[in-house]
Amino acid sequence: MSALRRLGPPLLSGTLFGAGLTVGGMTDPARVRGFLDILGAWDPTLAFVMAGALAVMAIAWRVRARMKRPVFAEEFSLPEKQDLDPRLIGGAALFGVGWGIAGLCPGPAVASIAIEPAMALPFVAAMIAGMALYRVAPSRPATA
Amino acid sequence: MTLAAFPDAQPLAGLVGGLMIGIAGALMLLGAGRIAGVSGIVARGLGLSDGGMSPGSAWMFLLGLPLGAALAAIALGGVQVEAPPLALLLVAGLVVGFGTRLGSGCTSGHGVCGVSRLSARSIVATVTFISAGILTVFVMRLIGVVA
Repeated sequence: MSALRRLGPPLLSGTLFGAGLTVGGMTDPARVRGFLDILGAWDPTLAFVMAGALAVMAIAWRVRARMKRPVFAEEFSLPEKQDLDPRLIGGAALFGVGWGIAGLCPGPAVASIAIEPAMALPFVAAMIAGMALYRVAPSRPATA
Repeated sequence: MTLAAFPDAQPLAGLVGGLMIGIAGALMLLGAGRIAGVSGIVARGLGLSDGGMSPGSAWMFLLGLPLGAALAAIALGGVQVEAPPLALLLVAGLVVGFGTRLGSGCTSGHGVCGVSRLSARSIVATVTFISAGILTVFVMRLIGVVA
């Protein structure tokens, strides 16, 4: 398969994703924290972003069910885990705490490198350190 | 467009941005057969995870994120960013990095791709991280640390 067919879709997807985050205001941590601040001046913008994204993706999953293989790849490679283990819930809770502290999650943080590098780069560097820490943590199962 | 009850909200811009994110996720799913989950893709690009898309594809997606943000910022004539203090950025980044690996995803992978797939794991993860985020902002308000 040609490099363009292989690398084009992820580049286009990332570009559209970064643009969508920016248009939706999600690269502004104050707006994201405004959504989480339900007892303050609540800002529901993030809910509209989620609604738009979920609407399109719900259709995409229906289309996917009718496809034998993706357009530009040999096969679908999607998560199949079903169990609600403590790692899932503990990890999501930890992530939520970090998300609340700064109002940044991985997508907007990486996208913001182009908009506000003084904010995005320290966060992304610390995030990578956190991922590396998980990688070397002794409790990590071989399959994760 | 504005909402009378929430003067700061940008519902239309949010919806348009969300539709763009959805199309991006659909392109990744139907084009490449993969989940557009940013935390997993970052780990994959840096060799910090064993499964997932090719590192080359991961880097293309990760280059696209700031590229798209830059293009949108130019088109919008600039965007507002209210950055939290450095210490909070560092603490938050560390916790987000560890937590997203432990929990196998973040707002994009679980929140957008997984919830729309009606994955029980993703729905539980999303409810959990939004609840934890709300609680965290509440506690920060309580103790007087506001980013």
